[in-house]
Amino acid sequence: MQHEEINEKGRRDFLKNLAIATVATAACGSLNCSCSAKKPVADKKVKLLSPEGEIVEIDSSYLNHQEHMAIVSKLEAREGIAGKKFVMVVDLARCKNARKCITACQKWHYRPEETEWLTVKLLKDSDKGAPYWFPKQCFHCDNPPCVKVCPVDATFKRNDGLVLIDNDRCIGCKFCMAACPYSTRVFNWDEPEVPMDLRDLASNPETNIPARVGTVEKCDFCPDRAREGLLPPCVEACPNGVFYFGDENEDTVTNGEETVGFTQLIKDRAGYRFLEELGTKPRVYYLPPKDRQFPVERGYENLPDKLKDRFRDIMEPGKKKA
Amino acid sequence: MELNTYQQQAFNHQRAEIEKFGKLNWFFVIFFLCWIGAGAYALYLQIAKGHGVTGMRDNVVWGLFIVNFIFFIGLSYAGAIIAGVLHLLKVPWGKPIIRLAQMMAVISVVVGPVFILLCVGRFDRLHHLFMYPRIQSPMTWDVMAVITFFAGSVLFLYLALVKDFAVYRDAKLNIPKWKQRLYKFLAIGYRGAASQKRHLIISQNLLAIIMIPLAIIVASILSWIFGMTLRPGWHSTIFGPYFVLGALYSGCGVLIVAMWFYRNMYKLNNYITNKHFVNMGYVMMMLAAGYGYFTFSEYFTSWFGSAKWESEVIDKLFSTKGYGWYTLFANAAGILLPVLIVAIPATRKPGLITISAFIMVMALWVKRYLIIVPTLETPALPMQETRMEYVKYTATWPEWTLTFAGVATFLLFFTLMAKFVTIVPVSGLEDPHQQHNHQHETVPVKTETVQPA
Repeated sequence: MQHEEINEKGRRDFLKNLAIATVATAACGSLNCSCSAKKPVADKKVKLLSPEGEIVEIDSSYLNHQEHMAIVSKLEAREGIAGKKFVMVVDLARCKNARKCITACQKWHYRPEETEWLTVKLLKDSDKGAPYWFPKQCFHCDNPPCVKVCPVDATFKRNDGLVLIDNDRCIGCKFCMAACPYSTRVFNWDEPEVPMDLRDLASNPETNIPARVGTVEKCDFCPDRAREGLLPPCVEACPNGVFYFGDENEDTVTNGEETVGFTQLIKDRAGYRFLEELGTKPRVYYLPPKDRQFPVERGYENLPDKLKDRFRDIMEPGKKKA
Repeated sequence: MELNTYQQQAFNHQRAEIEKFGKLNWFFVIFFLCWIGAGAYALYLQIAKGHGVTGMRDNVVWGLFIVNFIFFIGLSYAGAIIAGVLHLLKVPWGKPIIRLAQMMAVISVVVGPVFILLCVGRFDRLHHLFMYPRIQSPMTWDVMAVITFFAGSVLFLYLALVKDFAVYRDAKLNIPKWKQRLYKFLAIGYRGAASQKRHLIISQNLLAIIMIPLAIIVASILSWIFGMTLRPGWHSTIFGPYFVLGALYSGCGVLIVAMWFYRNMYKLNNYITNKHFVNMGYVMMMLAAGYGYFTFSEYFTSWFGSAKWESEVIDKLFSTKGYGWYTLFANAAGILLPVLIVAIPATRKPGLITISAFIMVMALWVKRYLIIVPTLETPALPMQETRMEYVKYTATWPEWTLTFAGVATFLLFFTLMAKFVTIVPVSGLEDPHQQHNHQHETVPVKTETVQPA
């Protein structure tokens, strides 16, 4: 059914997408430009440069900039942002499982409830050890086991350190999911729910929108936002400044409020990488939960029962799940 | 094609089987087709609704399908190795069962890969495997391996059949025209001339020499889909040889069951004798011992070393709250039972050997399940899921239906093949009572003059 619909209005949509793509490319030429400033002017023809290099004239009423429109070609999306080396630092001492990062991520990527790219685990390293909240994105490993096993080059490592997925290329063999030791990847087992206006977008590894059934996806560090000079939504949304995002080449990371030296931070706070002994060389560093800002219970008490169930084994051992 | 009296006798005994397609055969064919039809419906659901209709989820990303893939592909490699060894070593009693082994190789290498395709989320993008292949991926190695092996095993079976096709062509069988023509075509003008004999034997020998290492390589590559990941229970240096031995062992069991079935159904007692069961029983016992040794090494090193992540898998495998009973069955029925049955003279009988082989094959299927599922249910990070189906894998009815459809396809191919070629090859057959003065089939000297028959 959906395919038929697309065919019926295919030509119109093609032009529309063409226009959108062109405007987006033009508007985002400079990184800090806010794209939403481009408002359409009615009944006016505008000349635009198509991705193929032709000049086309289009009714300006078709122009409306959309977020998540990939602003680079698929080839550029495989190359990465020149000169960058993205890195993230997660301060475990500050996390109280507020789950604002998850909500923001889900919203930005149009993820349905419970299919989380970003999860918060409750870890307890040993019997006597104190449990702590552990937010986990994709680690964008420098020696990524997932990329090694992909048979079709659908998931790849970029020059700027990111590991992304081309969901138009992915055949859905799930080998990468079996290979990832960090359970980062999620699969679209059924037709994903995507808002109507995003369904016809041309997918790009930098956005992976719309999601496609039978393909793998995961946290992408939001490179489309990075190109516009914005932080990932998880970093922005965290009320406690848990996440620091930045560029290893500049040796700086920021959580939106404070900007600190990356090397110094890792050195001072004994930063480590999760399961480093596997040799995967993750690009996400954790600062141990020393001098915590919140007791661990703060992240548990006010959770809905359904979510409490996830952590009940550790928080209330012996008590049956609801 | 000229046959000696013993071969003629063997052919006459079997000719009715390729001439007639009896009621029982129709019953089997329809029965299998029904299963395949049900499987087709399950497949339709899976394609139309997505993989959500299976029990696979983000943690256990592969389930019954990949278990079946390993199982069938293993049978195939075993068929090739058994046939190759029997051929190359010119094992005197091997002739009557070589064809069954070769048929098993071809049929299972057709059925097996279907199951790995069922694991793939996007059927419409399978061509990407050839458009954008990445040579680093063990999956790409496997695609190449299976395709190479398929070509090899088909050729291996066909070359062994050429002489027989010539026999069927010349025998004035009471069969429809198309079948007559097909035999004529497939016999590629073989008349038993010395040069033809020579080429045929050389190519068969060469192919047997190629098929044995090929089967070992491709079985290892299959194991590396798992062995190359970092997961406990998979990431093990023993995995290549372990899979080779497991394949050979389960294939040996299926071959014994097939021998028993055709011996009784087609009254082939004179050709597939008790000796065949006992000898194959010995082979099975040796393989059981080897497989048991590998299994022990694998579990023992993991358990003794007791690294945290490894231990979690071992605990699940050996605890009664986890997969303990399955592990017990897989090892008791899959390793001890065949050893005992064959080792004790009183139980070393065709019927019992066959029953133990059949149970062993089931146990080895369970063993493959134990290799796949518990490891996938044990990720490094705790699962902490609200959706229980994401934590524990339970196969759904479409998966089971497709599994049985695969078995039905396997059996259907056997049923049809047995109506097209004789189960016991007639052309190369040797009279066991005259073997003392029989000369092995050797490559005729090239200088011999060609004499068309």
